Amino acid sequence: MPVLLEARDLVKHYPKVKAVDGVSFDVAQGICFGLLGPNGAGKSTTIEMLEGLSKPTGGQVLFRGAPLGADYRDHIGIQFQTTALQDFLTVRENLNFFGALYPSHRSMDEIIERCNLGDFLDRDTRKLSGGQRQRALLGIALINDPELLFLDEPTTGLDPQARRNFWELIGDIKRAGKTLLLTTHYMEEAYALCDEIGIMDHGHLIARGTPKALLAQHFDEKVLELPSSLLAGREWSFPVHHSEAGAEIRTRSVNSVLGELLGAGVDLTQLHQRPPSLDDLFLELTGKDERS
Amino acid sequence: MGFSFQRFRAATIARSIEFLRDRSALAWNLMFPVLMVVGFAAIFSGPGQPVFKVAVVASAEPSPAMHPFLGTPHVQFYREPELEAAKRKVARHRVDLLLDFSGEKPRYWTNPESPKGELVEKLLLGSGGVAPEKQQATGKPIRYVDWAVPGILGVNLMFSCLWGVGYVIVRYRKSGHLKRLNATPLRALEFVSAQIVSRLALVMTTTTMMFVGCNLFMHFPMEGSYIDLFILTLIGSLSLTSMGLLVAARVGSEEISGGLLNVISSPMMILSGAFFSLDGSPRWVQALAEIFPLTHMLSAARSIMLDGTRLIDLGYPLLVLVGTTVVCMSFGSLLFKWTQD
Repeated sequence: MPVLLEARDLVKHYPKVKAVDGVSFDVAQGICFGLLGPNGAGKSTTIEMLEGLSKPTGGQVLFRGAPLGADYRDHIGIQFQTTALQDFLTVRENLNFFGALYPSHRSMDEIIERCNLGDFLDRDTRKLSGGQRQRALLGIALINDPELLFLDEPTTGLDPQARRNFWELIGDIKRAGKTLLLTTHYMEEAYALCDEIGIMDHGHLIARGTPKALLAQHFDEKVLELPSSLLAGREWSFPVHHSEAGAEIRTRSVNSVLGELLGAGVDLTQLHQRPPSLDDLFLELTGKDERS
Repeated sequence: MGFSFQRFRAATIARSIEFLRDRSALAWNLMFPVLMVVGFAAIFSGPGQPVFKVAVVASAEPSPAMHPFLGTPHVQFYREPELEAAKRKVARHRVDLLLDFSGEKPRYWTNPESPKGELVEKLLLGSGGVAPEKQQATGKPIRYVDWAVPGILGVNLMFSCLWGVGYVIVRYRKSGHLKRLNATPLRALEFVSAQIVSRLALVMTTTTMMFVGCNLFMHFPMEGSYIDLFILTLIGSLSLTSMGLLVAARVGSEEISGGLLNVISSPMMILSGAFFSLDGSPRWVQALAEIFPLTHMLSAARSIMLDGTRLIDLGYPLLVLVGTTVVCMSFGSLLFKWTQD
């Protein structure tokens, strides 16, 4: 697939801070690319440069192989994490307003149907629920029929049902052949939606690939989970990681670990085995210290 | 990418709908001048005002040595350089009485429509000394309310222009609405023009409605042209709106913009001659008042309404208003930022 968007050695300096330091990657047409990273990793700054809203201190952003031009905004759609719409306007009026800002736009009926806006189309946007608001914002982001759609933490703050519904909408958009660039703090979301992910930390891109390939690259182990109380106070031949959720054992040799546990008389009825997840990978690569 | 009328139109309509549906803001815009008219009419039209203002045309500063009346307490005496200008001030209720010592015999003028003028005349005649000669006021005398209403409408218009643009744009910036618009092809010039045009349309409509409404009950004199007055008001509104734009160009906090707008609007409200004349006040106060576009707009509006001056003859105030617009609009557009950082 041809490359649609390319970041080349992107650098962004602020006074006293180097927010992005030489980030390069490309996004192929028609895929969903997830940009992940802890708070302060530089992903928002990177996204703003890719959106054309912030000028890089160094490096370049290319769209279809060319530097961003005056008409770039005609080709992209953006859903920000937090956006206030024009007060006192209904969803329909907001769609009409944003539609009029582009040289051409999709039919309202199509947007309304695709984003399920029909039930609250004539409601003041100040009176929408979180899920309705995100769907309205997605409709606005799609109004110009963009080739590239930026979604900045689109499901933050939504309840599980609203989040699942939103995933279905994004899935429909993907199937329609659109290219998406998604940022999220939910690894489950990234795994479900993204064909490819990039993980940023301290202004650098530290990993990039498909979720499965990255997991395979960083983990050839299984994860065994048990209540911490069953393993505490004893010496084991394998490393045990304790957390509030319980104890975790990562091993390539599940049989030998189980044998040792059984030999020590540990009750295995509460044992769970799972493959490593993107959460594990994220923590492995970016550490477990909380960021501000 | 050139200026797009389609985008400009969309942004203008969106902002106008927002204002019209914000009932509290709309109601306040309509109620404020009514309350001001009623309040000021009650305060200034009633009897028993404790202070009189008397203009004195003389070769020296007014003093009791000139005439015993000039030593009367609770009366403000100040020296006027030109007799003809002073006569107009009597007719416009800017002073209660004019005393002329420039000739052989003292003369005085009052406005027959002014109760304060009548009272201060009695004080003059009872003060002793040489009895001054009463002169016939020429021209149609006007009431205080005729003089005050342009000021009240002007102050309302000033608040609406300054806050309707200055405060609203900052709110948009803080809430992220400007950032969202920046992600569209909408250009800064189109957005800013839309805000200004929308505000001007609303301000001109509400001010015209208020003017017509007040006129139905109070019957203002109109010596000049309504078209001239409309054009002057439009230019004045544009200059005040552009001041609001300059305030809002970069500020990211409503608290800061509110403070800045208060710093501009409060002295403008007091010193622009909206409610009372600055005649006799210190020179620096009068010089400061000259900075404000509202001062020039109100003096020009009164000149059209009360003296029948043509717009074409109001070169200086128009120059100040247009100059303010050009300077504020240019800097406001140059400094304009979509986001807070």
